[in-house]
Amino acid sequence: MVPQFLLDIKDFISQPWPWYVAGGMITLIMFLLLWLGKDFGMSANLRVMCAADGAGDYSDFFKFDWQSQGWNLMVALGAMFGGYIAAHYFSTPGEEVAHVSAATVESLRNLSPDLNFAEGAVPLIPDFYSWEALFSLRGILVIVVGGFLVGFGARYAGGCTSGHAISGLSALQFSSLVAVIGFFLGGLVMTHFILPLIF
Amino acid sequence: MRLSKYIFIGILLGLTLYKSEAVSWFRIYEMFHFQSFHMYGIIGTSVIAGILVVQLIKRTHLKSIEGKEIVIQPKDKAYARYILGGFIFGLGWALAGVCPAPMFILMGSGYTVFIVFLAAAMLGTFFYGVARKYLPHNMK
Repeated sequence: MVPQFLLDIKDFISQPWPWYVAGGMITLIMFLLLWLGKDFGMSANLRVMCAADGAGDYSDFFKFDWQSQGWNLMVALGAMFGGYIAAHYFSTPGEEVAHVSAATVESLRNLSPDLNFAEGAVPLIPDFYSWEALFSLRGILVIVVGGFLVGFGARYAGGCTSGHAISGLSALQFSSLVAVIGFFLGGLVMTHFILPLIF
Repeated sequence: MRLSKYIFIGILLGLTLYKSEAVSWFRIYEMFHFQSFHMYGIIGTSVIAGILVVQLIKRTHLKSIEGKEIVIQPKDKAYARYILGGFIFGLGWALAGVCPAPMFILMGSGYTVFIVFLAAAMLGTFFYGVARKYLPHNMK
């Protein structure tokens, strides 16, 4: 028998987390990494993986001490475990929804006929995140082109959401503010002008 | 414990972004439509709390676990790369609905197609490494 208080804790964690809890947790993660003498930056892992795969033969950008970055790969591995644990132990099967606003439900309906969800029934994960979707134009654009732009843009800008928007802004770095403005300009152009063309 | 503590930190990150729905394509879509406070709340609280934490670290000269003073490396002052690179990253973020942390989280939660996303993102990073000498950075 599992003690009742453990089940209560499980139910408590399984609720959708409010924004202020998530925000506080992200700051805690950033602090823990700083305290351990590291920096919070997930996209740096992509550079480490390229270097470990021998990309240094093609560009000096990948000739660096990538072996010292194993800790960051462990954060990425932990994030995968965290995703597994959240999806398998701290979620209610069949009730994994994104609690988006009524206005968003309406916008999605206008974007594409197959994004026609009842209010409160927008899935957490869209169905174009699947292997089958790779055989459709939408799936290729989202997974392959999206991945390429994220990997290219993050390194060109010297960081992603964790490195610039969280760590950089917390340290009051002006260059991170410029990068975050870039993130939003790109995101707005994609969402408002390009997504309607391809969905 | 040398590396396993980082796995623990990663687990916290995965739980947080999954349970707060920040891994959802629909939440990113909503954010870029300014239709909910949720994502701004997450980023806003973490930055405001982060500013306080960084200021406390600086004022108290807090030492890291290795006994060294914690220094936050200033980014280089080169604005073309931040605005151009940031713009391209933003295009990808809004298209894919994920940035690098959710990529790992969703891969672990069972969406194995993110292996393809990871390969594409590595290819993008590789392409940057090869092409960077031709790209504007404004670096001195």
